[in-house]
Amino acid sequence: MNRTESEPSRHLWHPVATVAEVNGTLNTMLMGDAVTVRVAGDHSGIVVFHGDRKLPVIVRFGFIWTSLGSPPSDLFEIPEAAEADRRNVSAGPVGVATSAPRAIENFLDMAHFPFVHTDILGAEPHTEVKDYDVELKETENEILATRCRFFQPMAALSAAGGMEVDYVYRVPHPFCAVLYKSSGADARRMDVIAIFAQPTSEESIRAHLFLSMIDTTHTDSEMRRFQQLIFGQDKPILENQRPRRLPLDPRSETPIRADLSSIVYRRWLSSRNIGYGVIPAAGQSGSAVHG
Amino acid sequence: MAELSGWFPVAASHDLPLRHVFQAKLFDREMAIWRADDGNVNVWENRCLHRGVRLSIGVNEGLELKCQYHGWRYANKTAGCIYIPAHPANAPARQITNRTYPAVERFGLVWTTLEKDLSFDVVWPDGDWSVLRAIPVHAGPDAVAAALCKVLGAVPRPDIHAFAYALSTLCEAPVLALLQPQDSGKTVIRCLLSGGAQMERRLAVQANATLTRFRNIVEADASLEPVESEPVFEPVASELAEPPAASPDAMTVRVERKWQVAEGITGLTVVPTTGNLPAFQPGAHIDVTLPTGVKRQYSITDGPGTWKSWTIAVKNEPNSRGGSRFIAETLRQGDLLSVSEPRNNFPLRRDAAETLLIAGGIGVTPLLAMARALAAVRSGFRLHVFARSETHVPLADQLDGLLPAVTLHLALDPAQVAQRLAEVIGPHAPGRQIYACGPGGMTQSVLAIAEELGWPEEAVHFENFNNDHVIDTSSAFAVDLARSALSIDVPAGQSLLSVLRAHGVELPSACERGACGTCRAEVIEGTPDHQDAYLSRGERASNRHIITCVSRSRTPRLVLDL
Repeated sequence: MNRTESEPSRHLWHPVATVAEVNGTLNTMLMGDAVTVRVAGDHSGIVVFHGDRKLPVIVRFGFIWTSLGSPPSDLFEIPEAAEADRRNVSAGPVGVATSAPRAIENFLDMAHFPFVHTDILGAEPHTEVKDYDVELKETENEILATRCRFFQPMAALSAAGGMEVDYVYRVPHPFCAVLYKSSGADARRMDVIAIFAQPTSEESIRAHLFLSMIDTTHTDSEMRRFQQLIFGQDKPILENQRPRRLPLDPRSETPIRADLSSIVYRRWLSSRNIGYGVIPAAGQSGSAVHG
Repeated sequence: MAELSGWFPVAASHDLPLRHVFQAKLFDREMAIWRADDGNVNVWENRCLHRGVRLSIGVNEGLELKCQYHGWRYANKTAGCIYIPAHPANAPARQITNRTYPAVERFGLVWTTLEKDLSFDVVWPDGDWSVLRAIPVHAGPDAVAAALCKVLGAVPRPDIHAFAYALSTLCEAPVLALLQPQDSGKTVIRCLLSGGAQMERRLAVQANATLTRFRNIVEADASLEPVESEPVFEPVASELAEPPAASPDAMTVRVERKWQVAEGITGLTVVPTTGNLPAFQPGAHIDVTLPTGVKRQYSITDGPGTWKSWTIAVKNEPNSRGGSRFIAETLRQGDLLSVSEPRNNFPLRRDAAETLLIAGGIGVTPLLAMARALAAVRSGFRLHVFARSETHVPLADQLDGLLPAVTLHLALDPAQVAQRLAEVIGPHAPGRQIYACGPGGMTQSVLAIAEELGWPEEAVHFENFNNDHVIDTSSAFAVDLARSALSIDVPAGQSLLSVLRAHGVELPSACERGACGTCRAEVIEGTPDHQDAYLSRGERASNRHIITCVSRSRTPRLVLDL
């Protein structure tokens, strides 16, 4: 069941909680295993247990990350979050009955805005997805989609009205994605929104959302509520996708030009032998065999 | 779970109220069942081919089912995808077709089968029967069948159906029960009560109460653990993994009706000889091959979701080369014609705030289909028809159905036409789009006037019936085919298309006069000598495409993506 040591995603860092969320002890699931997060009252000591075993921990963006295997020495960065005037807010977690890769692919998708986020992130008849560029950055081992543009009636809380919004998407981790979009408050800068999917099982996640915004008018809870409204619209779609695991065989579904980032994402998962939360392509039966 | 052959009920007729989509399951396969406004019942795989979202959460738009995720539209009956909003200016590849199951509505139930080519063979006992409320039971079909016999004294009726049972203990009237196996842990009991319209409500309540008690008994015995059952999804056709090329498939249709639809214009309604007609997009045409051997393109005039017949209109050209004259004079009702599957070189964007449809005479045919598609989704449009007189307006009776969005402009001289065009076109605003179809001179006027009024080229779409250019075939040049790794010389006097074909390169074509765009190829290197009437000025200037039936090369060598 892809829970073997040879599964590459077992050796990645995964988010399990925000620091603020843990009031003493939090029991949660990671890839089918129960883990316990303990945070000391002053947030000084953070430990994660898998049974009796103490797991490695990194704290970043206000989230606690851990791994059941042997993770790399570091985790990806979002440098913008360090800018002094940014508002860094977490939203979620939201439990979703889907695989982590389906959630990431939805996060990279613009074509659904008019139909799922009607009158907020999109509205008919502005349905066109203009051609954009996607590259796989070999050195960073991450996907970058640029020149993405979409007409949005209300791109963010800080947006005054409809505008064509520029997007940049990064996929720095198989189960995490970061988007940069034109800020409603300052046209020269970009807001940052990230999704960190905690795979509780192959077909269920806790979606942790992270916002790093340029916004001087709204409260944290207003920003959080806006993001939860958006994600709440995605949740029923994600839970009605079949199969729940992301099929990596090119012949399992029908891509169009607008799906370029998803095509690259699926190939990238295949090339990294990710076998968790996916249905491997024929002739590639996941890492359990390759390992 | 093990599948049984044969037909099974998957819904009751009363589960399909107006514009609803019903979710059902049979042998692990989920189905989206919906009734179109024309009464047709669709039983489809419950999964949009694009990204796997259940179609049962989609929107029944009457003659199309719209996926909730990306708004893809699938046509009634054929399940062909006819619109992809993310690429509004492109016609979707015609082969994107959702999976369907056979559907038969009989005895108040909707039936389907997982088998292909199995005719409906369930014979119901005589008399009137009323469908009772369906009872889902959390137990496998074999367990439910055994309990029906043991607890309720049911008698199997294999003469009716492998899963049919006669019940005399539910109420005072005889009841027939049918089992619908959903998966190995879930079964739906569908009961029919003898008595038809005169059935007493009291009996239905009695039967329902007995069945509910029965369900509680069965479920108390059965394991309520969820059953691990993952349906198998067939892979999509390999060509769907990439954008597919057009297929040259032909089919036979029968002329059901032939009549005069205007002065000098013949209307034809054609029906399939077997099965149904495939899905088409507004603006699409079919190639009609006449017994004389000539092939002509005619636009489909019908509205969305039409699958029983197509209506086309043919203008009787005085200097006909054997196409229109044959249709006007020789072709009779009942004759067979060979037609291609619908092709669309004139795709309609459905994201316009206001669509202006401008027709000259017979050019109304593709615009009529567009107007109907826009009217069906209540999108704003105006249809302007220019004609010599009222009797020259094709399919005038069908235009009546689109009033008040239709305006006729009759008996105008060329100067008046130009003036009227300027009035109806008006200034450009974002979201305004023009579709023009008619004689070459008229579409040229529309283009020129729109340009004068500041319309961007990409907002003006046109289709020509003819290429008025005199084709110059005096040049000779070489072509390299990048994908086929072939180098071919094209001598003077021969078309690029014919030389390609002589070397075994199959390219679909239709008019072969540079008007329809079917034989278009992509240019990687070199400068084409454009002689067609299909490409827009911007497309010509970009030199990225060539219409291979008439165009040649200005450079000694052309590299094509073929």
